[in-house]
Amino acid sequence: MTNRATATLHGWLLLLPAMACLALFTHWPAVASFIESFYSTPKARRPARFVGLDNYQQMLADPIFWKALSNNFWFALGTIPTSIALALLMAVWVNDRIAARTLVRMAYFTPTILPMIAVANIWLFFYTPQYGLLEQIVGLFGGRSTNWLGSQDTALYAITIVAIWKEAGFFMIFYLAALQAIPPSLGEAAAIEGASRWTFFRRIQFPLLMPTTLFVLINAVINAFRMVDHIVVMTRGGPDNATTLLLYYIYQVGFGFWDTAYAATLTCVLLVLLALVAFVQYGWLERRTHYQ
Amino acid sequence: MDRREFLGGSAALAGATALPGIARAQSSELSFFYPVAVGGPITKLIDAYAAGFEKENPSVKLKPIYAGTYQETIVKALTAHKSGTPPVLSVLLSTDMFTLIDEEAIVPFDDFVKTDEDKKWLGSFFPGFMANSQTGGKTWGIPFQRSTVVLYWNKELFKEAGLDPEKPPKTWAEQLEFAQKLTKRDAAGNVTQWGIQIPSSGFPYWLFQGLSTQAGAILANPAGDKTDYANPGVVEALQYWVDLAQKYKVHPPGIVEWGTTPRDFFEKKVAMMWTTTGNLTNVRANAKFPFGVAVLPAGKKPGSPTGGGNFYLSKKATKAEQEAAFKFVRWITTPERAAQWSADTGYVAVTPASYETEAMKKYVADFPQALVARDQLPSAVAELSTHENQRVTKALNDGLQAALTGTKTAQKAMEDAQAEAERILKAYR
Repeated sequence: MTNRATATLHGWLLLLPAMACLALFTHWPAVASFIESFYSTPKARRPARFVGLDNYQQMLADPIFWKALSNNFWFALGTIPTSIALALLMAVWVNDRIAARTLVRMAYFTPTILPMIAVANIWLFFYTPQYGLLEQIVGLFGGRSTNWLGSQDTALYAITIVAIWKEAGFFMIFYLAALQAIPPSLGEAAAIEGASRWTFFRRIQFPLLMPTTLFVLINAVINAFRMVDHIVVMTRGGPDNATTLLLYYIYQVGFGFWDTAYAATLTCVLLVLLALVAFVQYGWLERRTHYQ
Repeated sequence: MDRREFLGGSAALAGATALPGIARAQSSELSFFYPVAVGGPITKLIDAYAAGFEKENPSVKLKPIYAGTYQETIVKALTAHKSGTPPVLSVLLSTDMFTLIDEEAIVPFDDFVKTDEDKKWLGSFFPGFMANSQTGGKTWGIPFQRSTVVLYWNKELFKEAGLDPEKPPKTWAEQLEFAQKLTKRDAAGNVTQWGIQIPSSGFPYWLFQGLSTQAGAILANPAGDKTDYANPGVVEALQYWVDLAQKYKVHPPGIVEWGTTPRDFFEKKVAMMWTTTGNLTNVRANAKFPFGVAVLPAGKKPGSPTGGGNFYLSKKATKAEQEAAFKFVRWITTPERAAQWSADTGYVAVTPASYETEAMKKYVADFPQALVARDQLPSAVAELSTHENQRVTKALNDGLQAALTGTKTAQKAMEDAQAEAERILKAYR
């Protein structure tokens, strides 16, 4: 009995450092933000006071908040399925015995390891009207000049494409690892049965990859909501908030306007959104992903 | 918490060892935050200045800290202020003055100006720069890396278009006329060379303030609690900008990127550009054609906003630290050093006296374009700065971008921006 108690104590002690960090850097800030969202922003001459739901009412009446939310929705819809599909495609391709396999794998993974700020600066020039890379390609086919980042119609798409380019290579690594964990005997058996390449993928590889897909999906959703770096470099949320995403708006309110209470309120909305998504993914999707 | 107590303790200890009646700055290192906003080896220059100052003042230990862009620097400085250990001295945007006062993060310089010589020094700066450094009868910031908007033009393209390469446009009408001559289209009607470009990403309000000033409008009052975005002059200025792109098609449509504008100029994709005088050294190094620099063309009158950074003194620093920091500010703004700083970076030297120094005379003899920004100062106005500056400015930025991308008319965009600014500023009157 005492032995067991000691073992339990040891267990908790081993967990303690990680738990303390988790509580200090994850749980406490979330709780503090939630509490802060019910207070006014403290100013030098005016300390914070309880304002109830005022901040939330302000948020509901804030057109930029709604714009950021809808932008984020379209951004997520644009990045998540595309980047996952691309990642799967690339992984299946580089898993085969193709020429220069290592080189191709490396090329696909490169976007992930490059610092995003530097990359965003390069993309800025890709999108430059008149002589940017994109413009020159379009020009070859006689297309008209477009101001990709400077027009309300195209700016969000332009940002979305950079995110897809960045994400797909990262997700490919997970798919590649999962593909290599599939026993080769399955492939051999399929070959003996005379299954086509497509049937093999559809009936064997894809179902076995479902747990990976779930993992990647969760990451993709989180990334879609925490995207901020290349927006800062490429558009700063402009033109006229056309590319303002939720986290960028939180940053702007928190560190540009120093309206910490309102930033906390927006943060709570982001947390609730992510919690909902996680709930759906873990509570519902996970039970249906494992191949039996 | 421990660190703060420790610092407080050591400061108290240092205070106790100081001779009574004489403020001595031997207590601790003077931390000093500064941003880098233009090209060039700024960090190296600042380190050299700090070393030079320490050599003359061995009792002071300066610790310059490069803190990123202006935006990142103020985030770091204010966060440090809220946690209790801010930098003693920092270089932040001149427009952050009201924000810093409202946060009670800074002290005015007036308390340190005691001797007649000090007073003369305080009066030695260009008045155009002091407009963004003073409010309510106090001086809160000392000009350091300051600039104005100027017009750069490509002399080669002027010659090709049959214009006099030595004559920049002097008025709005001329600017439009020149731009029309300088815009080239191919057979399919695609523009291959634009006449003029005024960037509109990031901080469009700053360049727009050139236009609105020329139209005779002032965007905000000196007390920083009232804006005038819906003034007919402001709308007229915005309409001119919108027309350049949408009606006359001599300016690229949509939002023009601040960062790529100099490159467009080097690539000869644009014949005239508006940008900061801080880009002077950059353009000089990269333009492979003769170029000119001119004051901005006049509308009803000439005009440009000033821009750039001021020195600010932290309120939470000890008196001794503030005294030492003040000494450094005085040291670095002497005419010779201000002249050197201007020649190294392209920023405007902050006092008229520095243009009388030998070093400056030698520099401008070789490169007369460096004088343009100074010559523009008499018609320059304060950069837009109010309480809750970022938020009030964003209202204007959003309106400008909406008009430039064609989702709102100039009139409607400015009315909306004014309504938003009014809502925010009401609490400060």
